[in-house]
Amino acid sequence: MELSQSISFAALGGHFFVGLSRAMILFVVTSGLSLVLGVLRVPNIAHGSLYMIGAFAAYTISRLFGGGSIAFWLALVISPFVVAAVSLVAERLLFQHLYQREHLMLLLFTFALMLILGDLVKLVWGAGEYRSIVPPHLLKGSASIFGSSIPRYNLFLIIVGPLVAVGLWLFTNRTKMGKIARAAAVDREMVGAVGINVSWVFAFAFVLGCFLAGLGGALVAPTISVSLGMDHDIIIEAFLIVTIGGLGNMWGAMVGSLIFGLTQSFGVLFWPQFAIVFPYTAVVIVLLWRPMGMLKSVW
Amino acid sequence: MVKPGSSLRSFWICAAILVVLLFLPPVIPRFYTYILASIFVTSLLAMSLNMVVGYGGMFQFHHAAFYGVGAYTFGLLLTKTHLPMLVAFIAGPIAAALAGLLIGWFCVRLIKLYFAMLQISLGSLLWAIAFRWYSLTGGDDGMHGIPTPSFLFSSTHAYYFILIVFSACLFLMYLILKSPFGMTLQAIRDNPDRCEAVGVNVRRHQLIGIIIATFFAGVAGVLFVVLEHSVFPDLLFWILSLEIFIMCLLGGWFTFIGPVIGAAIMVSLRTFVGIYTQYWTLILGVLLIFLIFFLPEGIMGFISAKFSSKPGEGIERAVE
Repeated sequence: MELSQSISFAALGGHFFVGLSRAMILFVVTSGLSLVLGVLRVPNIAHGSLYMIGAFAAYTISRLFGGGSIAFWLALVISPFVVAAVSLVAERLLFQHLYQREHLMLLLFTFALMLILGDLVKLVWGAGEYRSIVPPHLLKGSASIFGSSIPRYNLFLIIVGPLVAVGLWLFTNRTKMGKIARAAAVDREMVGAVGINVSWVFAFAFVLGCFLAGLGGALVAPTISVSLGMDHDIIIEAFLIVTIGGLGNMWGAMVGSLIFGLTQSFGVLFWPQFAIVFPYTAVVIVLLWRPMGMLKSVW
Repeated sequence: MVKPGSSLRSFWICAAILVVLLFLPPVIPRFYTYILASIFVTSLLAMSLNMVVGYGGMFQFHHAAFYGVGAYTFGLLLTKTHLPMLVAFIAGPIAAALAGLLIGWFCVRLIKLYFAMLQISLGSLLWAIAFRWYSLTGGDDGMHGIPTPSFLFSSTHAYYFILIVFSACLFLMYLILKSPFGMTLQAIRDNPDRCEAVGVNVRRHQLIGIIIATFFAGVAGVLFVVLEHSVFPDLLFWILSLEIFIMCLLGGWFTFIGPVIGAAIMVSLRTFVGIYTQYWTLILGVLLIFLIFFLPEGIMGFISAKFSSKPGEGIERAVE
């Protein structure tokens, strides 16, 4: 009886919305990872580092513009482009020479990149101080939905996630570049054979994927303390999500993110000390049930 | 595959190195014996991983979990029970092998990246237990000042103990990889379908390979506690798993001794570059990128390709 009282409907609803907003951040990040995996076949471990750079850049930009509401929106818009610029340099300088290598070598390479980017962030921003961004005035405070009070910023995230999904869907299905990228994911030799410059298609897909990592970092910044180690925290989750969703499948990334985010937040409700166990268990169950992921993988 | 006389020559080289290592502690500063012992422990861990990765062709992505299980079992038995220490010494590796059996049993059902991801999730569950079960494991603080047997308390004695166990394990691993079982494992790596077709039980061989490798990872975990007198959750964290994977690739994962080179480089870099700058991982990262561009077969792969009589033998995955 006591249990049913302590876990009330309002608490359930609250955890549902928190889990949903967490899932949307995971989706923004993993959809980028999934795009890179699908089109370029690169398991990019440095994706988490780009997410971290996105968060740090958002912090600096919002400070630069005085930390108000406008500063937040500027940070949200600019920092993904900062990350995209970093990734463009990495792609043209290093990645493009390595696409034909086997996966383990690419893994080693992106791990090296993660080490370098992690230390560069430490060099530029330093390790110490506590950093956080204040959400803009419009998104401060909380709203009441079905009797449970939800921070407005989380509602904003729940709206942004599907918008990103729709945008990405429009890009891959309605633009020429997106269609070429999808074709390259299935058969890159054929795309090259009909006279398309695959190299730039790959560069564009890579940069777009990293842009999404940066956007995820900027979006998450107001909800956490921006700190070193963010890259480690997210990247393994991101890989598990794209695997259970179906490698290279954007909707799979959505399904995986929802599974991960919701089990995490309900885990906190039911067994706070071992909440961390729930999403991993969910991943194990999904992989044993459908080894190739929930939705169709392009691999 | 093996040149006549070359295994005898390798034997003498190994014996000579062992003798040198036995006589080092009185000559060199104590700090260096500690670094050497640390390299032995890490090497054993990396070599046990290479048994399944380099020789078995499996994506064993969370090997550190078993290292941690070995270390925690040993540490917990010494701290919380009064069992004889011999029991604790044996229980560490056995517990790691049991974890290997349990996790491997699920993992061998999948292949490649899916194998890797399943193992990462299962291994992360073990990590979560070590990380969050404060009353048993000390949570994120871990356990410090573990009462290891008094005869191992001096750092020189610990060095000798670790060196002897390390050498014995290396010899055992060599024998296992040379045995018919080891050969079958390599055949499965090169062509699982054909092995299946000629009647080899692929999954069972892979599972046994995982159990053996995780056993040795457990031994490495016990040796870590002997050296450091402490355990903490980072021992089971996936970052360490990735690091030892990198050691195998760095040293050359198709050679027997490659992972030792990789481990020695990583430990030395961390220690000696770490003295001068906190940005040693930056240097490691740059080094790795150079390696990928110029020495894709790893350091030992490069050396054995360079010095073998037949060109390309290093790539031919020779055990020697």
